[in-house]
Amino acid sequence: MTAKVADPKTVLLRADHLRRQIGDDFRDRIVSSLYADARRIADRSVRVGAEQKWDWDQKVDRIVTSPVLGLPIMLGILALVFWITIVGANYPSQMLAEFFFVVESTAVALFTDWGVPAWITGFIWNGVFRGLSWVVSVMLPPMAIFFPLFTILEDLGYLPRVAFNLDWLFRKSGAHGKQALTMAMGFGCNAAGVTATRVIDSPRERLIAILTNNFVPCNGRFPTLIMLATIFVAAAFPPAFASFAAAGAVVGVVLIGVGFTLLASWLLARTVLQGEASAFTLELPPYRRPSILRILYTSLIDRTIFVLWRAIMTAAPAGAVIWILANINIAGVSLAQRSADFLDLLGFAIGLDGVILLAYVIAIPANEIVVPTMLMIYMGVGMMSDVTSYGEIRTLLVEQQGWTMLTAINLMLFSLLHNPCATTIITIWKETRSARWTTIGALMPLAFAFAVTFAVATLWRIFA
Amino acid sequence: MTPTAAAYSNCETCPAHAQLAQMGVSLGKFDYLVALAGNPNTGKSSVFNALTGLRQHVGNWTGKTVMRAEGGYAFQTLRYKLVDLPGTYSLLSASEDEEISRNFLLFGRPDCTVVVVDATALERNLNLALQVMEITDRVVVCVNLMDEARRKGIEVDVRSLSRDLGVPAVPTVARTKEGLHELVQTIADLISGAVISKPVHPSHPPELESAVDELVPLIEQSAPGLPNARWVALRLLDGDHKVRQALLSGELADLESQQSAPMEEISSVVALQGRQ
Repeated sequence: MTAKVADPKTVLLRADHLRRQIGDDFRDRIVSSLYADARRIADRSVRVGAEQKWDWDQKVDRIVTSPVLGLPIMLGILALVFWITIVGANYPSQMLAEFFFVVESTAVALFTDWGVPAWITGFIWNGVFRGLSWVVSVMLPPMAIFFPLFTILEDLGYLPRVAFNLDWLFRKSGAHGKQALTMAMGFGCNAAGVTATRVIDSPRERLIAILTNNFVPCNGRFPTLIMLATIFVAAAFPPAFASFAAAGAVVGVVLIGVGFTLLASWLLARTVLQGEASAFTLELPPYRRPSILRILYTSLIDRTIFVLWRAIMTAAPAGAVIWILANINIAGVSLAQRSADFLDLLGFAIGLDGVILLAYVIAIPANEIVVPTMLMIYMGVGMMSDVTSYGEIRTLLVEQQGWTMLTAINLMLFSLLHNPCATTIITIWKETRSARWTTIGALMPLAFAFAVTFAVATLWRIFA
Repeated sequence: MTPTAAAYSNCETCPAHAQLAQMGVSLGKFDYLVALAGNPNTGKSSVFNALTGLRQHVGNWTGKTVMRAEGGYAFQTLRYKLVDLPGTYSLLSASEDEEISRNFLLFGRPDCTVVVVDATALERNLNLALQVMEITDRVVVCVNLMDEARRKGIEVDVRSLSRDLGVPAVPTVARTKEGLHELVQTIADLISGAVISKPVHPSHPPELESAVDELVPLIEQSAPGLPNARWVALRLLDGDHKVRQALLSGELADLESQQSAPMEEISSVVALQGRQ
């Protein structure tokens, strides 16, 4: 070989020739010389003190990742987080709602004094502003409590332990163990959960994680679940136990969501996304003391404000749309009423009603505004209701709109399973760059939602 | 700097997508480019945040940095662009993260690479440091989590470590910013040449070394100006497909022109298109 300029093919030929000479344990041999060097150097520069302290990490890990106690402890922590959120958020929510209501009525009075046309006043204050104040007062307090708690668990190092505990379940369903982590992120925001699936290397398992992330309720859906749990489930218990019952119901819904995540993963892994679950190493990091300032920053600025801002940006136009739908009448019946009537039969079949389905259609941009939208259409006065307490909402739903326990249960199920919000769908598109997978990601949960609520409604009507 | 929509979609549809070629990084208005590599959960993102003042999300679990985070800092009138690579245990296997890190070290041509290592698990962390040192000479080892090591009664002799590795090593506690000034100073000194690094290369068995020695001149002829022909030789002997293709398609030889290629988001490399 005397050529002055070796062309790449020659180099490769030569390399292949040498490779065959060396034998195919090449990789093992470089790795072992690498490791030997690392060990030699590390040994020379590291001294482990004789009075090495107790290894708390390992002791704690033995408990929180134990086959027997691991899952119960996890559920306990989850229930505690929801309970603190439910108990802590109730009062500030009411205060905010009352405050916004005062602002609104003052503004309406002022506008009327100034002689602003009634439809402008109605559109701005009873439509857009009321939508905004609903979202802020219903969402802000639970988020401001839930996110810091979640961030503490994350900083502490608990999340990888959760993944460790759930790993076998995901592998059994043919998915990747790290999906437990991306699922946990989904509790914050499904779009964030979908992005987090990048930690999964295998495209097949990553797709499964993307398509099923929606089955855990995100922060936008928690207020709906918490409200329903408080109004319907907790009301069936004595007041002293009400908050525990509500927290228990939310945990139950979360577990159903995890169940559907596993079921859908299993179905996908056996149909369109067949393959073996791949092995991975999950490092359990040391427990670290969370830094308070950073937790507050991450959870309040990065998460709470971010999610709230998004909700506000979608609630304002949605409030406007609802106002228009409710105030444009054709032959004496509002557009909102007409659309709701149109959807009523389908709604009835799945134990809901037309108004709820219409609210879900309007709320596609953000799940956060489903409940306010629904209440607003129910009120039929072209503006969101000014109900400020859960008790009043209960009166409205049960006594005026004929809600039953079936409606509440199926709404919780529908809220848990239905299609992802627009942001998540866009994120799925960005991550997969595939119209096909994006469509499946949007429609598969919807199909689940309809199938499950239809089954529950049918069984309920037969047996109850 | 974001690529235009057209450039973005071109990158997406290019068959060479997700291969070595697209990792070119435009240096922009920065004087120097510094890469941050390290095992997962060694506090790499903390170092990044502390230096850049950015607030990339930090969490106590592995694999958070799924995108390549970029930021900058200025030190003694010079501007440094800092690129936080995904945390990896090695650069050998073909996982997405490892490829991103490896490609950046190879094609991004950082002026300095900081390998963040966990003082409490030095041996395992050095595996990566040694691999990085095979790709580039300009390495600073940042021995992070010194506080945790102290708490666990582990003492790290950073001077001995530095001598054995042949590259500067700086003890730090990124969360409290301890040692970060020294780190920044060391990076500057290494780039300016005030500090010279002579990284040790793992001593492979003699028959491997002779094969490497035979290949290196050939590779250098085929791709003149390639700074790490030794590493390429090792990869070829390992039958690394990406490196083979990069050599065949002339991407390795075109390294110089890669420098001015438009910067591309890692997120798109990780996108699944073309990989199903």
